[in-house]
Amino acid sequence: MIVNASGCLDALEAPEVARALDVFVTKTVTPLPREGNRPVRIAETEAGMLNSIGLENPGIDGLLNDKLPRLAEIGVPLWVSVGGFAAADYAQLCTALDDRPEVTGIELNLSCPNVEEAPESAAELVAAARPQTEKPLYAKLSPAATDLPETARAVQAAGADGLSLVNTIRGLALDDQTLQPRLGHELGGYSGPALKPIALAAVYQCYRATGLPIVGMGGIATGRDALEFLAAGASSIALGTVLFSDPDAPGRVRRELAHELEERGLSAAEDATGLAHGSRPATVA
Amino acid sequence: MRRRERLSVVANDPVGPYSLIRVERGGLEPGIPGQFFMLEAPARPLPRPMSLCLAPPGELSFLLEAIGPGTQALAAVEPGDELHVFGPLGNGYRLDVEKPLLVGGGIGVAPFPYLSEQLGNPPAVLGFRSDWHAEAAALVPNAEVVVEPTLVTERLRPGHDVLACGPEPMLEAVRELAPDAQLAWEAPMACGYGACYGCSVEIDGVLQRLCVAGPVLEAA
Repeated sequence: MIVNASGCLDALEAPEVARALDVFVTKTVTPLPREGNRPVRIAETEAGMLNSIGLENPGIDGLLNDKLPRLAEIGVPLWVSVGGFAAADYAQLCTALDDRPEVTGIELNLSCPNVEEAPESAAELVAAARPQTEKPLYAKLSPAATDLPETARAVQAAGADGLSLVNTIRGLALDDQTLQPRLGHELGGYSGPALKPIALAAVYQCYRATGLPIVGMGGIATGRDALEFLAAGASSIALGTVLFSDPDAPGRVRRELAHELEERGLSAAEDATGLAHGSRPATVA
Repeated sequence: MRRRERLSVVANDPVGPYSLIRVERGGLEPGIPGQFFMLEAPARPLPRPMSLCLAPPGELSFLLEAIGPGTQALAAVEPGDELHVFGPLGNGYRLDVEKPLLVGGGIGVAPFPYLSEQLGNPPAVLGFRSDWHAEAAALVPNAEVVVEPTLVTERLRPGHDVLACGPEPMLEAVRELAPDAQLAWEAPMACGYGACYGCSVEIDGVLQRLCVAGPVLEAA
């Protein structure tokens, strides 16, 4: 399954790109509308980019009343990414989404690097969301966790159905001349090709730690990249930064992945999941 | 309709300090003057937004100034190189104006050759920081050229429909003098089609994505 990384595509502006995906994941929605951070919001670096959008979104009411009906018309399954600043926010958002048939899954953004974090742990946030909905809950984690496999096990125990790995990692870019931060918000989330080895390690470790379905993402730009994420343990992959330079990436990566699988005599993507782990068991305590 | 294609570079002509990158048109439409295209910047992670400068038969041309790693990479392309080009994107100028006056500063003259052609070569006032930079004025017919310290706003004429493009201080000054002007703004963009939310600027008091709300906006 090929999806977009949350916040890397506006399906209402580019429905043809969304239709090339198996699932469209919305930009993170919060309980109240957010204008996001002041410009400058993006900065390219040698091997990726920084962003500090700051969860700009219309709030849950704006999503439910305005955007969701229009998104549903596009005809691609929808996951909604939700974010907040306390466990109660995640509970409220999942409650609001639970009876919406347009929504087939919920991603819990537990790791936006551009806003202040909720005081609770990732597992506590999942635990607050879990009783509110029967929809699949995917926990999106930061690669910067001190012990990511432990965090993954904790969110699994709290009821997560899957993991989205990884979010951007905090970074800084300075202006050549002034040596001042290039982003208005100073620090941003780093994404793109440089994130790939970090993301692969996260997928690899969390697959072994939990055996949960994983949406792997971080610097995927080709079918070969996608194959590596599957081998590390992902069952789906998400495209993020590559969508900015190549809106045709979903179809291209899908074709390239099919070719990679065929070359290895694999009949389906799921046959590639976990290949990097050899014969070792998927779940290791 | 926007498309993304890999196009061959036909020529890279110096125009003063600027580069006029000419590519084969392929299946791309030139769009409306003031619209822009995302040009692959060789070996860089992100493409760069460039307004269309000229649309001769079978070609698209972009005038750019090499000011950073992306534009430097683009300024170094050679005939025969291939670039991914995606567009046309955004909203261009309204062309239903009675008495147009093009007002541009520096590399902000980039969309004017195509705009001038579409409007029947109206008068233009173009400002540059040096005579060398002012060589770009040769691309725009009927242009009055001023060089710093003279500013374009000193030559604005009343009773015209102003269509402007240039650095932000120039656009702000034009807006003061010509409240009905159409202004083409600039912002860093990662995608150009509304995906990244990187190019948000304050429009009418709220942050909006320049790539979908603009880049040409009404001044008032």
